[in-house]
Amino acid sequence: MAPFYKYGFFGDEMSLILAFVLGTGFGFFLERAGFGSARKLAAQFYLYDMAVFKVMFTAIVTAMLGVTYLGWLGWLDLSLVYLVPTHLVPQIVGGLVLGVGFVVGGYCPGTSVASLATGRIDGFVYAFGIGAGTLAYAEVFPWIKGFVNSNAMGQVTLPEVFDLPWGLVVFVVVLIAVAGFSAATLVERRFGDKA
Amino acid sequence: MSSDYRPAAMPGSGRPASPYWNPYLAGIGLGLVLLAAFVLVGRGLGASGAFSSTVAWLVNLVAPAHAQSNEYLQGYLGDGTTHPLKAWLVFEVLGVMAGALFSGLLAGRARIAVEKGPRVSTALRLLCAFAGGILMAFGAHLARGCTSGQALTGGALLNVGSWAFMLMVFVGGYSVAWFMRWQWR
Repeated sequence: MAPFYKYGFFGDEMSLILAFVLGTGFGFFLERAGFGSARKLAAQFYLYDMAVFKVMFTAIVTAMLGVTYLGWLGWLDLSLVYLVPTHLVPQIVGGLVLGVGFVVGGYCPGTSVASLATGRIDGFVYAFGIGAGTLAYAEVFPWIKGFVNSNAMGQVTLPEVFDLPWGLVVFVVVLIAVAGFSAATLVERRFGDKA
Repeated sequence: MSSDYRPAAMPGSGRPASPYWNPYLAGIGLGLVLLAAFVLVGRGLGASGAFSSTVAWLVNLVAPAHAQSNEYLQGYLGDGTTHPLKAWLVFEVLGVMAGALFSGLLAGRARIAVEKGPRVSTALRLLCAFAGGILMAFGAHLARGCTSGQALTGGALLNVGSWAFMLMVFVGGYSVAWFMRWQWR
């Protein structure tokens, strides 16, 4: 029965080794997709290369279908997989700020690591910026703590909030993804010649 | 062809850099790694948490009293019985470095360079990278995760906050894209 770590198949030390191994796969596929390059990533926001959307949604759909099927087979207890608690308004504001940071800097934390590992100086400077920002955040944290912890909804999923069957939401997400992929390709054809 | 964006070659390698993978193929690979993380450890992938651990560790080295009195950093230092860098996300991010470097070397894409559009100076590009990193840190901490820990991981688990966050990342990005286009085009 999975998750194996939560069922005590192995201990903390082994989970750290697995963290490194899983990270290796994560970094490999990020670089394969071209996400070690800020130009490739930023292209998403100028509509001539929609790889960010395509890779992200393919990955989300793959993993979502995986947990859904493994759950139905009774091999994976999804309730033991960690969910980040929802705080709607802070997360909406955080998403906006992060999106602006993405276009200004060209990376997100994971892709900046892939970028600096392959020798990109801008990726290294960006990661340094994240460090500086984290330090600044820690200093102002006492003043914004109330806001960050507001809107607490707990660990909650879309099917629970909208009172819909899990399978239906999965199905709709797959449909939206497929429609989005076709739309993204059309958009690339329209704006791609400007690249 | 729009999706035929080619990476620059590695200097002195004598061969052109390989093109990037088909995005759907790379996406399936990424999704399977994420699924493996769910099945094996019961958690998803992440990145920003590793930065927090590293910063907490560094501040604790330089100014231990300050680090331990800071509520946010204290959360990453724990009770002092384990090393702050002995954290799941720190090991995972070290793996990301190794995996990306392996892929980059294999494809002839690993090289010292600055990624930027043709119209912007290197100094200004690096200044933007630094500023973007600061914004990113604030965004990720406010949202309790970044593109990996929230959008990718929470997206696959149908987490409510993750989907709201993901939508707003695109809104935020597109809303400033026009003002920043001199950096990329």
